[in-house]
Parts: sequence; C-alpha cells; structure tokens
Amino acid sequence: MQAELKLDTKSNKVMIIKGLCKSFGDNHVLKEFNLELLKGESVVVLGKSGSGKSVLIKCIIGLIKPDKGSIHIFGQNIPNLDHDQLDQIRAKVGFLFQSNALYDSMTVRENLEFPLRRHWLEVSQKQVDKMVISSLEDVGLAHTIDMMPVELSGGMRKRVALARTLILKPEIILYDEPTTGLDTITSKEIIELMMEIQQKYNTTSLIISHDMNCVRMASDRVVMLIDGKCYASGTFDEIKQSHDKKVKLFFE
Amino acid sequence: MSLKSDLKSFLTLNGELFRFSLRFFRHSLNPPYEFSEFLKQCYVIGYKSLPLIGLTAFIMGLVLTMQLRPSMADYGVEAQLPAIVAIAVIREVGPVITALIFAGKIGSSIGAELGSMKVTEQIDAMEVSGTNPFKYLVASRVLACTLMLPVLVMLGDAVSLYGAYLGVNIHTNTSFTLYWTQVFDNLVFGDVLPAFIKSFFFGFAVGIIGCYKGYNSSKGTEGVGRSANSAVVVSSVIIFVIDLLAVQVTDILGY
Repeated sequence: MQAELKLDTKSNKVMIIKGLCKSFGDNHVLKEFNLELLKGESVVVLGKSGSGKSVLIKCIIGLIKPDKGSIHIFGQNIPNLDHDQLDQIRAKVGFLFQSNALYDSMTVRENLEFPLRRHWLEVSQKQVDKMVISSLEDVGLAHTIDMMPVELSGGMRKRVALARTLILKPEIILYDEPTTGLDTITSKEIIELMMEIQQKYNTTSLIISHDMNCVRMASDRVVMLIDGKCYASGTFDEIKQSHDKKVKLFFE
Repeated sequence: MSLKSDLKSFLTLNGELFRFSLRFFRHSLNPPYEFSEFLKQCYVIGYKSLPLIGLTAFIMGLVLTMQLRPSMADYGVEAQLPAIVAIAVIREVGPVITALIFAGKIGSSIGAELGSMKVTEQIDAMEVSGTNPFKYLVASRVLACTLMLPVLVMLGDAVSLYGAYLGVNIHTNTSFTLYWTQVFDNLVFGDVLPAFIKSFFFGFAVGIIGCYKGYNSSKGTEGVGRSANSAVVVSSVIIFVIDLLAVQVTDILGY
C-alpha cells in the first residue's frame, strides 16, 4: 500500500480504478473497468445512455458501493472507507450533478454555504461570505446571491452548481453530463467555464458525457465506456480516427 | 396469485418500515445533532399547521355539539352537553381528527419534499457535502412531528371546546364560567393522559411514514406524487390502528 502510494505520487496519479464491477440484478453495468487519472488532466468518459457512466462516477464519489474492484483516490481505497474518511476525501473531490441538485428551499448563498459549513466547521461568517462571493464571481453570477434556484435559468443553475462544487477548492472535479439539457451556446459557455476553472485552480477533471462537443472541447484524453469496460482510450483525434465499429458509431 | 403478491408487498413494507424506524432511532440518538434543522422543522410543522388545525378543531367542536343536542334533548340530559362533548373531544375526536388533518398536511408535504429531493439528486448532493442526509432530513422531521402533534392536539382541543361553547349557546344561554366549570368537573386525569400519550405515537407515525415514502421515492415526478399520496393513506390507516391499540391498552389499565 505504501509502495503504491509512493509510486502514485511519483507518477502524478490522483485516481486509479482497477477491475471495477457493478451489477443491478442481472444487469452487469460495469465489468472489470480500469482507469487512471493524472494530476491536472481532463479525461472524458464517453458512452451511450445507460452504459453505466453515472454508476461509475457515483462509485467514485462513494454514493454507490461497487461489487468488486478498487478505486484509489489520493492513495485511499474508496469502497473501504467509513463515513468520516469518505467525508475527508469528498472535501477534495467536487461533484457536479447532472440535475445540478441545487437545494430548492435554499437561496443561492445558502446553497453555497452548505458544503462549506459542513466540511469546515471552524470558519467565520466573514470568511464564508468572502468565499461564497468569490466562487460566484468565478462563474460570473455574483448578482444572483440572494435568488432562489427556481428563479434561475438552466445555464445559470449549472453555473451556481459549479460554484458550489468549487467553493471547497477541490483537487479533482467529477462532472456528470455537464451539458445535458442545455442549448448549444450555453453548453459551449459551460465547457469554456470548466476549462477556465481547471486552468485557474489546476484541478483534475473527470467528465462523463455523450455530448461530442463537450468531448472535443474539454478532453485531454477520451475513455470509451462500452459493454461495461474501458473499450478504447486516447486523444479525441485518435479515437475519432479509430476503425472500430463500436467506436465509429459515436462519430456518425 | 394477486393476494399472495399483495401480502408479500404488505409484509415487505412493514419490514422496511421497521428497519427505517430502527435507523431513525440510531441516527437521532447519536451525535452530532441537527438542532437548528430540528427547530426549523418544529416551526414549519408545528407553528405553520396551527391555523388549519385551529379552524378544523373549531368547526368540529361546533358541529359535534349541534349534532348531539337533539338526541340528548330527547333523553332529557341536554344539561350534560358540555360534559359529553368535552369527554368526546379530549379522549377521541380531538386527537384522531387532528392527527388525520396533520397527516394530510404534513405527511404529504414531507413525502413530496423528500421525494422530489431524492429524484433531483439533492439527497446525494447533501451526502457529498459532508452531511448525513438521514440525520438532517429524516431524524429532524420525525422528531419534530412526534413533539409537535401533541402540542397541536392540546391547542386543537382547547379551540374545539370554544367551538362547542358557541354550539351550546345557539339554543340556550349558558354562561362562559358555567360552561367551563361543567367541562372541567367532568374531565378526569384518565381522560387527558391516554389521549396525550397516543398523540405522540400518531405524530411519530405521520413523520416516519412520510419520510420513508419520500426517502425511498423513485420513478421521477410520478414517483413523487405517489410518495405524497401513499404517505397520507398509510399514515391515516396507521393512526386508526394505533388508536385501536391505545383503546385496548387504556381499557386494560382501567382508564
């Protein structure tokens, strides 16, 4: 374990997934899935709907327990962690939900304060206010601070959700279908924002998507999730030029 | 075959509800406590239910008195009307009707709120934000329901007896002092205590069923509607079952 940790630090691997399996009854969603994520890179997991992308990302954050396999983040195996240990990891790993998952009953300010108050118990109101405003400024929505989520457009909600993810200054950000339900222009803006944030805070990104624009713009590397496995991997151009039938289907 | 599957799903529901209740006790007894959320829920569940409970209780007291008067007049015991109404309201009608109104208002709102939070991934977001969603959402709401319903029942009973006072005065002229003297002279500790105790169980049932239905909601918006609906139906039935058991227990204990 120690040797592995040293090796990870040396090779800059922030996440290593090995032999991940998850089934729901007879539906075998993930079958021996493997993935390695290097510090500062942006990896897009591409797969069609129902291929297990969301299951994969929820296994990574510890919301779903895998049947088999390991997910090492910063040297710790996620499926083996207890609740408190998971919370410590989750403070370093941000998660942007597909549905944004903003709390309907809270204002934008309260939405952003919530994870901050939960993870950092010893933080003053002054610091909280400063961090909330700074996070909202990062996504260009400081003026919405006292608005309710229902008053925001789809794109604005996505930005606020991103601000909430950013507020803990995570080292890794997991994006679950970040452009789903958005028009082309807003999608492009969100992807550009994601890339800006990655550069500004030097974060590592794992993006789950089936949106080819998102894959093209946001990926350093693309991993194809087909039949529950890492079917192919490479840069966008390498994957696009593949002659494999199943891979080609995504580019037609 | 249908009866067998119905029985199976009924037993499954009971088993899951029991496990959910055990989980509630485990989470609500162990620190850290979500005290501010609990207080907020007491305000939403208790204080905000007051106008509805008050109005229904007032009408209930008034109608009950008006309905009882002719029969009591036939037997020549019209003078006992305040006493009879008071015993009926305090022992049975007040707690049960208040609990049913409470189930309709609060059970459905908890079922729908948690259901929509579940299907929009807000509960997952809470977990990712370093919060135990069961403690934050379920424990605080169930505790608030358990403690607020007895308070609402007491206030509802008082308002109901004021309604009954108006009902008594429609045909006769009874003074305020005489009415309340008749009410309190005929009420004993054994009328008040069992009703007060059973209202804690009613509150717990409404809270735990509402939370269970909402927390286990699925299948999108349709599932949210179903959660809200079944939270009301199941908790209403359970209120009558608890009432039946409470009557048996108080009967055995001689109250």
